[in-house]
Amino acid sequence: MDMKRDYYEDVKLFTSGVGFFWFLVLMVFLAAYPFLVKNYYVYVANYIAINIIVVIGLNILVGYTGQISLGHAGFFAIGAYGTLILMTKLSFPFLLALPVSALIASVFGFLLGLPALRLEGPYLSIATLGFGLTITRVIGKIEFFGGRQGLHAPELVIGPWHLNTDRDFYYLLMVITVLMTVGARNLIKTRVGRAFVAIRDADIAAETMGVNLVFYKTLAFAVSAFYTGIAGGLFAFVLRFIEPELFSLFMSIMFLAMVVVGGLGSIMGSIAGACLLGWLDLQLRNILSLPYIGSWLESLSKSYFSLTGVSNIQFILFGLIMVLIMLFEPLGIFGIWIRTKKYWKTWPF
Amino acid sequence: MLDFLQMVVSGIAVGSSYALMGLAMVIIYKTSEVPNFAQGEMALISVFFAFMLLSHYGIPSYIAFPSTLAFAAILGFFLEFTVLRRAKNPNVLGMIVITIGLEMILLGLVSWKFGADHKDMPFPISPYESFAIGKMFVSTLEVLTLCVALVMMVTLFLFFRFSKLGMAVKATQQNRSAARLMGIRTNRIMMFTWGMSSVVGCVAGLLLTPVSMDPFMMWDPMLKGFASAVLGGMTSLPGAVFGAYMLGIIENLFGGYVSIEFKSVVAFVIIVLVLCVKPSGLFARHYVKKV
Repeated sequence: MDMKRDYYEDVKLFTSGVGFFWFLVLMVFLAAYPFLVKNYYVYVANYIAINIIVVIGLNILVGYTGQISLGHAGFFAIGAYGTLILMTKLSFPFLLALPVSALIASVFGFLLGLPALRLEGPYLSIATLGFGLTITRVIGKIEFFGGRQGLHAPELVIGPWHLNTDRDFYYLLMVITVLMTVGARNLIKTRVGRAFVAIRDADIAAETMGVNLVFYKTLAFAVSAFYTGIAGGLFAFVLRFIEPELFSLFMSIMFLAMVVVGGLGSIMGSIAGACLLGWLDLQLRNILSLPYIGSWLESLSKSYFSLTGVSNIQFILFGLIMVLIMLFEPLGIFGIWIRTKKYWKTWPF
Repeated sequence: MLDFLQMVVSGIAVGSSYALMGLAMVIIYKTSEVPNFAQGEMALISVFFAFMLLSHYGIPSYIAFPSTLAFAAILGFFLEFTVLRRAKNPNVLGMIVITIGLEMILLGLVSWKFGADHKDMPFPISPYESFAIGKMFVSTLEVLTLCVALVMMVTLFLFFRFSKLGMAVKATQQNRSAARLMGIRTNRIMMFTWGMSSVVGCVAGLLLTPVSMDPFMMWDPMLKGFASAVLGGMTSLPGAVFGAYMLGIIENLFGGYVSIEFKSVVAFVIIVLVLCVKPSGLFARHYVKKV
């Protein structure tokens, strides 16, 4: 049943009616979600959706093309600042400002891709890391970008609609997220996606087979930066206030952690990783108010650690997740899912 | 002219601590091909161990500092033995993710235990002591840093050149399976290199404590050390030292003459420019890959 007989069967979005049914269920659930939960959880969903877009973009670069990036917070910042600056200073409408700033991000991605043509491993990681740090430093020092004070998001108006609350913004965000996800999935299934995978597996072999390395490597960086830029622009409206300190190295690390935890080279894994770590990130910010664990952690901190540093438990937890996933399940959540599926398919045997 | 000399001198002092961090990274990278992002935090946790011994338990510094170095070595052994050795089919990305994970765990532990506020390390030398050479002022701490860095470098050179263990490490670096066939316990050598590099990093961290001490103090030196190691080619010890002094001096001159605000990012711009011309750094032979 998994055998593909022709090309169109491989690129088809839904392989069976069952898949299409579950897709419809998901869509209905997403549409009904804001009416089912409290306001805070709508905010959580928005936050996670942003992460999903970034992680899919980063996965195209890391999981599919096999390049390393520790500088995606830089693209994220470009997207966020670009959108706000275009809207407030040049009075662009939102729906134009968002893609334009994402295009600016992808130009930067292209530029970063140029040195990346000759670099790999630690060399590439330090180059991208330096890029991310430099972008935030530059933005923080220039008054035009609001400097250290940061920027406030203007009111969001699309045509006749004023999107003031998280609920209103949720629908816009979900439409964009679903479109971006389907877009990434389609990109991977085409000639471009196959070229990316070929570069990941063996770039020299890919080049001898006729894959243009210069074009496809820079394209991977540009596409990834475009996704991240879109997410950054949306992120500015989820938080409604941005400042340079937000886009730290820690943010880049979190994105990479989400990719790795979800599963390298898998769109579904990216979604799972972004959901899990994004949710944990929000939950662990006020760790002492968690049920059951909170009071225990409080007494533990009082007797052995310090109470002021208790929020740093989230670093420990994220670090542990990254290390354990890499040691025991290098394919992440997606790998676990594949193994469970295989196990139940042939169950009694 | 005097300003220029003053900047070069303080650049050399800063470069010394970068050089130690860079050396620590190169030692690990050469044997196990792991770019160790946890280097800074391994040093951090050792430094806070020293802080705890000195200020909480009041142990005199001639006992506290040697026991800190011993702690650093044990920490390196422990991390290699429990985590790095267990990695299945390691590739570069996986190793980067594991070391970043370790880094976050160590950082979280330290800042959970000690809080994020600024600490005063009871270090024997104050950072404000200085003396004059001609018309230049040089702080005692800078001189100490430079001397310790030089001593460490010479020790490392002698160790790799003349001792049996150093030869074994070099053999493992060149060809692991051949070294194994020659009767070298390569696993033990790996563990040893992690311990050694942890000690080198810890020395760098200890020398930074009088200036500032908080859980995020090692970020910048670690990144700069990594950058200088990359500049020098990631596999060459003299390369890392050269890269570190170059970065330290250029950074200070840039801060003095061009703009103090972008001082800390100029290193990365230099890195990217150098890597565009020489993709494997200045001193490494270019790595030719087979398919």
